[in-house]
Amino acid sequence: MNSSGAITGEVGDIVAERTFPLSRDSLVRYAGASGDFNPIHYRDDIAQSVGLPGVLAHGMLTMGLAVQPVVDWLGDRGWVSDYQVRFTRPVFVDATDGASVTVVAKIGAIEDATTRVDLTVTFNGDTVLGKAQVRVTFA
Amino acid sequence: MPVNPELQGRVFAPVAPYLVGREKVREFARAVFSTSPLNYDPDAASAAGYSDVVAPPTFAIVVQEATLAQLLAEPDAGIDFTRVVHGDQRFSYTRAIVAGDELTATLSVTSIKSLGGHSMVTSESTIVDASGAHVVTAISTLVVRGDE
Repeated sequence: MNSSGAITGEVGDIVAERTFPLSRDSLVRYAGASGDFNPIHYRDDIAQSVGLPGVLAHGMLTMGLAVQPVVDWLGDRGWVSDYQVRFTRPVFVDATDGASVTVVAKIGAIEDATTRVDLTVTFNGDTVLGKAQVRVTFA
Repeated sequence: MPVNPELQGRVFAPVAPYLVGREKVREFARAVFSTSPLNYDPDAASAAGYSDVVAPPTFAIVVQEATLAQLLAEPDAGIDFTRVVHGDQRFSYTRAIVAGDELTATLSVTSIKSLGGHSMVTSESTIVDASGAHVVTAISTLVVRGDE
């Protein structure tokens, strides 16, 4: 990687990796910041009443944090111009032990001014986001 | 009640403009574990060519949310809120959102599909700034579970 603004790297290179420890506090914080106050993200009794084992993270929290390793890798050399995910599995957040979400970001394709970075996002060994693709545009 | 197939193609009225505040950007950035100075520090953002702190890539959901509420509340939509699961999400940006932006979102329903008893409702919220220039399109697919 250099600082001239141009990307250096090849398809398949891992550019960033980070593990996020989630707690119930993280969910309350995200609820407030986003305005999504669905109680399945902070009340076990309500989550269980709709057939879930317990409180789960907002899908948009998982999506939101999963792109951060790419944002850090990019710095001010460019910006995220397109980002998409499919929500494939829930992330259950235990009241005591929380949950740990791991992100691995790998270069998927290099186009003219745009690089596609593919994310593998896992919780308890399972991927929780499908087709998680970030397009970054270099300044 | 199934999702009304006639929703496809419907365009809703624009929602009230959303003024992006610097502290809201910082609060959202903290909530998604951002460590980027561009999200917190106006000087760092300015040095990178932005007029104020930059919102994280998923911040547009905050602006889009009011349009999804409109869709769920549509009387003839047939969307039972308690059966809705977020299927997928995409943000396609023309430029990054910065504090100070006044954003207006307009939702249109692009597709209604049935799959194994469930309905998949895809909508696009087009978000423009105060000058009317495109900033981001937020695309969501909501899965409405059928009767089990």
